[in-house]
Amino acid sequence: MSEKVLLSSKEINIILHRLACQLLETHLNFDNTVLIGIQPRGKFLAQRLTKILKEEYKVKHIDVGFLDITFYRDDFRRGDKTLEATKTKIDFLVEDKNVVLIDDVLYTGRSINAALTALQSFGRPKDVELLCLIDRRFSRHLPIQPNYRGRQVDAINDEKVKVMWKENDGEDIIYLVNR
Amino acid sequence: MSELSVKHLLGIKYLKETDIQLIFETADHFKEVINRSIKKVPSLRDITIANIFFENSTRTKLSFELAEKRLSADVLNFSASQSSVKKGETLIDTVNNILSMKVDMVVMRHPNPGAGIFLSKHVNASIVNAGDGAHEHPTQALLDSYSIREKLGDVAGKNVVIVGDILHSRVALSNIFALKLQGANVKVCGPKTLLPKYIDSLGVGVETDLRKALEWCDVANMLRIQNERLDISYFPTTREYTQQFGVNKKLLDSLDKEIVIMHPGPINRGVEITSDVADSKQSIILNQVENGVAIRMAVIYLLASKIK
Repeated sequence: MSEKVLLSSKEINIILHRLACQLLETHLNFDNTVLIGIQPRGKFLAQRLTKILKEEYKVKHIDVGFLDITFYRDDFRRGDKTLEATKTKIDFLVEDKNVVLIDDVLYTGRSINAALTALQSFGRPKDVELLCLIDRRFSRHLPIQPNYRGRQVDAINDEKVKVMWKENDGEDIIYLVNR
Repeated sequence: MSELSVKHLLGIKYLKETDIQLIFETADHFKEVINRSIKKVPSLRDITIANIFFENSTRTKLSFELAEKRLSADVLNFSASQSSVKKGETLIDTVNNILSMKVDMVVMRHPNPGAGIFLSKHVNASIVNAGDGAHEHPTQALLDSYSIREKLGDVAGKNVVIVGDILHSRVALSNIFALKLQGANVKVCGPKTLLPKYIDSLGVGVETDLRKALEWCDVANMLRIQNERLDISYFPTTREYTQQFGVNKKLLDSLDKEIVIMHPGPINRGVEITSDVADSKQSIILNQVENGVAIRMAVIYLLASKIK
């Protein structure tokens, strides 16, 4: 197993600021926009972007939720392990809102597909966009593309993109792991 | 740990402490699901579950059926009173006939102790015991412990007294196993005639004075007198039973602490507890019913994920 650094802490920081600006450009004051981080790993990205938007770009209020997609996945009973759930926390309705789904890595698109199904339990959004930090192109199983992407990566199936966050793993760094 | 150590839920006796914790953690997520405006998830859309009830049940059957439907499983309901069992068919034949229609899981209630265990050895499906005679009722014990955990934060170290007909009660036995496994202190309380002879071997205390038992406990789980199982007379009159072992508001208020009152239902109001106790803020009887759906969803979800 070998690890290669894909993005350093500094690079991640620049990308996060760019993504925040892109969100700001489209959604301006976030009056009718909600950010939803996909559990478990999309949560950190959603929180980080919210922090930048609030502290550095002075957005007064942003609704942020976390969505667990375990019970909506299409690989139930197809793997060896029981799928373990994490917490869903959405304290608002998404009815008629502009929703931005946020996840760290976009790979096959199946998680996003499950997230779109799960989202229906919270109302009918006006539109749904997708933001991801790493987009592994050429590996999609479904016709799903991000509206905002941090970095595009050509990774083969044996490789894994590992995103680490300061608040959870000690430092911001992204590895490409060869298994 | 992310999966159960068992393939069937036949009794608490066969579970490990980690299994119970996993079921509780999964139930937490399902409790959030059933409190949404859309209460359904598609997890089990390719699973078919048969509910086979050889004994009457309203609450447990409804609770299981609702849990299955909330998980999007296909549900078959079967009650023995309207079936070929009356024509002399054996249990294995009945179940195998149902399974040949491609059923993945069987939820069964049966008047004979050990019926679920017997079935699990002879048929190829996941079995969930929904009560087998006076033996076990595992999902009830799980939801009882889950309700205690929700109300008091933890089960370990809590003092729980189970009051009433311990001899005929599957709820009592499963509760004792579950509470002991999680590190609670358990006492049983009831007329001596309704306490099993070897109760000491389960490691629980015995108390025949209700007031003393209530003064000791944090939680009192009040059981119903199961008149349908009382073949002989175990106490002189219901009225006398109520005087000795019934909880009323006056008794509850005279204790120097607020204890939690539980009841697995159905309640005989005025016998084991009075209406003002059942409806008081110390009672978590209706929370138990709500938690029952979440717990059964968790059990079914975790067992179904082991079906390949």
